[in-house]
This record gives sequence, C-alpha cells and structure tokens, in this order.
Amino acid sequence: MATAFEIRRRNQLIIAAVVVAIMIALPLGIKDVYVQNILVLTVMYAALSQSWNILSGYCGQISLGHALYFGIGAYASTLLFVKFGVIPWFGMAAGGIIAAAIALIVGWPCFRLGGHYFTIATIVLAEIGLILFLNWDYSGAASGLQIPVSGDSWLTFTFLRSKLPYYYFALGLAAVVWLVTFFIEDSKWGYYWRAVRENTIAAQSLGVQVFRSKMAAAAVSAFFTAVGGSFYAQFVSYIDPDSVMVFQFSLLMALPAVLGGIGTLWGPALGAAVLIPLTELTRSYMGGGGKGIDLIFYGAVIMIIALARPEGLLSLVSRTRHAPP
Amino acid sequence: MLSAANIAQILMSGLLMGLIYALIAAGLSLIFGLMDVVNFAHGEFLMTAMYATFGLVVMLSLDPLILSPIVAAIMFVVGAFCYRAIIVHAMRARTNVGMVQVFATFGLAIVIRGLAQFAFTPDYRSIPKSWLGGQTFSVLGVYMPAPQLAGALASLIAFGALWLLMKKTDFGKALEATREDAGAVGLVGIDRNRVFAMGWGLGAALVGLAGAILSIFYYIHPDVGGPFALIAYVTVALGGFGSVFGALAAGVIVGIVEAVSATVLQPSMKAIGIYAVYLLVVFLRPRGLFGNL
Repeated sequence: MATAFEIRRRNQLIIAAVVVAIMIALPLGIKDVYVQNILVLTVMYAALSQSWNILSGYCGQISLGHALYFGIGAYASTLLFVKFGVIPWFGMAAGGIIAAAIALIVGWPCFRLGGHYFTIATIVLAEIGLILFLNWDYSGAASGLQIPVSGDSWLTFTFLRSKLPYYYFALGLAAVVWLVTFFIEDSKWGYYWRAVRENTIAAQSLGVQVFRSKMAAAAVSAFFTAVGGSFYAQFVSYIDPDSVMVFQFSLLMALPAVLGGIGTLWGPALGAAVLIPLTELTRSYMGGGGKGIDLIFYGAVIMIIALARPEGLLSLVSRTRHAPP
Repeated sequence: MLSAANIAQILMSGLLMGLIYALIAAGLSLIFGLMDVVNFAHGEFLMTAMYATFGLVVMLSLDPLILSPIVAAIMFVVGAFCYRAIIVHAMRARTNVGMVQVFATFGLAIVIRGLAQFAFTPDYRSIPKSWLGGQTFSVLGVYMPAPQLAGALASLIAFGALWLLMKKTDFGKALEATREDAGAVGLVGIDRNRVFAMGWGLGAALVGLAGAILSIFYYIHPDVGGPFALIAYVTVALGGFGSVFGALAAGVIVGIVEAVSATVLQPSMKAIGIYAVYLLVVFLRPRGLFGNL
C-alpha cells in the first residue's frame, strides 16, 4: 500500500513527464526565430532559477551573487574552446566543477555569516569576479570573447540556422535540475537543508550537520548554474563580463523562483514561464524608443506579484505544499 | 615613490568621498535598523534626488547648494509615500517576508528607473554652472574640491542632526522604541506605521541631501544610482546592520580604502579594496564593526 506521501511523489513525476512531453512538442510548429528565442530563455531561466533555489530556497542561504558561478561557467567553456580547442561539452563539465570548487572555497568562510551579512558577501564576491574579468587581458578583458561559429554541429554545440537544438538542451538541463531537486527533496540532505532554513540552531541541536549541509547545497547549486552559463555562452556565441557577471543578473536568476514559489519544486519553472515571456514581450512591444515604458510595466508586475502573492504564484495552483513536511 | 604630501592628498580625497558615502548609507542603515528591510531602491532614490536637483536648477536658476534642503524635503515625501503605498503591504506578508521585501523594492527600483527614462531620456545630464563646481580649496598643499568638501560637511551636519533627533526628541525616542520592539510600542500609544513612514521619509531625505550635492560634480542618468547603492550596502553591512553611526565610521573607511586602492592597484580595480575589507571584517567580526543584532 502506497502512503499518501508516496502517491504525491509519484504524481509529481507524472506531472513532470507530461510537462516535459508538452515542452518537447511545443516548438515543433514554431518557425519564428523570435519566439524560439523566448522559449530558449524561458527554459534556461527555469533551470538557472531551480539551481539557485537549491541553495537559497531549500537551504535558506539567500545568495545574490550567483552571477559569479554563471560567469565562471560561461568563461570556462569559452576559454577552453577558443584558446585550446576543447569542445564545449568538456568545457561545460569543467566549468561546473570549477564553480562547485569555488563555491566550496568561498563557502568555507562565508557560511559562518548569518542573514544579510551572508547575502552582502555573495554580492561582493560576484563583484570581485566581475572586476577581475573586466581587467583580465587573457580573457579579452572588457571586450569579451567571441565563439567562432563555423556551421551547425553538435560536436562544437553551435548552430546557425535553428535555435531548436539549444532549446532541447536547455529543456534537458531544466529537467535534470528538476529531477536532482526532486530526489534530494526526499533524501537525508533535503531534510537537513529545510531544517537549516527553518531554524539553524534547532537543527544543530538535533544533530544536523549545518555547515556541511550548506556546503553541499552550495556546490550542487553552483555546479548547475555554471552549466547554465556554459550553455548561455554557446547560445549567444559572444560573452563579456558585463553580460554574464553583473549584479542585475544575480537578481534575475532569483526572481522566477521567488515569484513562482521559493523553496518549491515547481516555483522556479512556473515563475520563469510567466516572467520570461513577459519580460521579452514588453521589451519588444513597449521598449521602442528608449522611453522606459517597458521598465515601468515590468517593475510594476514584479512589485504586484511580490506583494499580492508573497508565497509565490504556485500558491494559486495548489494549496498544499509540494515539499514533504 | 609616494611622498608625504601624496599620502596626505590620498587620505584627504578618501575622507571627503567617504563622508559622502556615509551620508548615502545613513538612510539605508536607518531604515534597516528600524524595520529590518534592505531597500533595493536606495540607489534609485539617490538618482531621483539628482534629477530633482537638476530639474529645480533648470526651473528656478538657483544654486544646487541652496536647493539641497528643498530636495531633501521632496525626498522625505517620496520616501514616506513609498512606505505607505508599497512597503506597508510587503510587511503584511505572512510567509517569506525577507524576499518579498527585496523584490518589492527591486520592482520599485525598476519602475523608478523607467520613469526617469520616460521623463528625462537615458541621456547623461550635468549641471553646467554652480558656485562650487570646478572650485578647489588648498590647505597646506592638500587640495580639496569644493563640491566634495561641501558634501563632507553636509554629511557631518546631517549625522549631528540625526544624533540630536534620536537622543533629544520624542520622535527619536519613539524611533528607538519601535526599533527595539515594533509590537510593544502600540501598547504605549505609538503608531508604528507612522514611525515607519517617518523613518522612510527621513532615510530618503538623507540620501536626497547626498544626491543634491553629488549632482554638482557627477553626471546624472537613470542608472547612476546602482554603483552608489552597492557601496552603500557594503558600507551599512561593514558598519553593522542597525548601527547608523557605524555607517558613518564605515563610510569613512570605505572612502579611504577606495582612494588607497585606486593608487596601489589601478583605478579600475579600486572597488576590490572595499570588497576585500568588507570580507576581512565580517570574517573576523560576523556582525560588522558596530553591529549589535
């Protein structure tokens, strides 16, 4: 006999399979490159925001410096590709591992900090990364790096004509990060993380290894964020520090999770599905002439969702929490 | 080689700019200490004040220095309005309060930036002529640009006034009591929403004063607030959240560290010095220099 909890878990997997099937079929009839572009960005942000959610949502360590890991991923694969001819698939893995290692190294002193002191430290570390890359001549400094695109190839992960291969990769990444979150949620670590988030001191007194929990969450979170960064570099085929490592970007990665439902399985995906098309559409339909109307609208939407649905848009869909208690 | 005169010059430049940073950070620190909200629209408040100064200079042909109290008064209204219209709703959230506040104020920041672009275009503006613009004083061979000197003095006066307000007036006592326990003050007849609105007004007025003086020697554009806001967050955290006078000390430290690292490293990397000092301090003292939370 399956318990109610097991049934709920199984239903989650079924919902996920249906969503992925729909997402696979969705772009088949779409030839418009502009719409394809929006779809790619939407699934990419769903993946990035879920990665952020692992550390900040589940473990409660609010990072506003994830642009650091994103930028490291983008630069790692691009530098290896441009300077050494290493195909981006290896670069992507390398970027993820480097980012996870850096997350552990900076996590060691930073996880002693609480609340806002931790958050400001994450901002500061990302800014240091930004300044270093802006001044690092080998990586093209402020003018950045161009990825040579010779033609359509899965080996070098570059495509000129269609954006669909990028879409399917990003969808795969989002699905993997979702699955990882799904399995962690019901594992020892998942319970540790939520215990740390809810009450660190109480968790510690019950024998939860607080420090190691935070470190594990940071490493997983940074790894997938960096993979997303490598993907983004391939997708836009040109990166510079101001496009992959700025503070604004850290906020944009957190935004779908917060507006969708922080610390939930579906929050980041739902938030991205609402927010990213909205961002892109307002930019192209209202952004003309630099009058700032798109910004006014976009900012107002963020404000209204945050104020009207503090627990996230997901609470509109379901009243019960998806996470086990 | 650095001579003694060079070192004195670097320290003086850092001190003046540091006092201005402290003034920018004061409002942020005040609001945080009062109600635990990090205002992510703080840089946009600064930008608004700079445009307000610019607009008033164009309309009234008065000097920015004379207009600075008027700009501070305008910003008081803006700050109190933002509290009443937006922040008060964020405080009502029962779950996830911290992130709601961050992103409500982040949304507000984007709206303000959009409004600035709408009203003034993204073009860079500057105030062409003012009493202090381009003037320099020199004491014992150490040069002090007049606008920065005015900003530093305004900062000291503002902190002095803030100290008097907090220690000597009933409002200051209400502020302190609300900071201690926002729930209990209702029992002794203090309307905490009114205190919070005043706190937001006061915080915005302080950054308004800084903006009025910055507009004398800085380009004005919709994105001008960002870098200053970032420095202000670091300053507030360095001083210790909730300690307004910690922000004064931290601002001076940040200014001097910035001036020194601009010389020792290179100007494009000067912010690294500030960030390194922040990390060093919080690793040794996890609540900042004067934090008591």
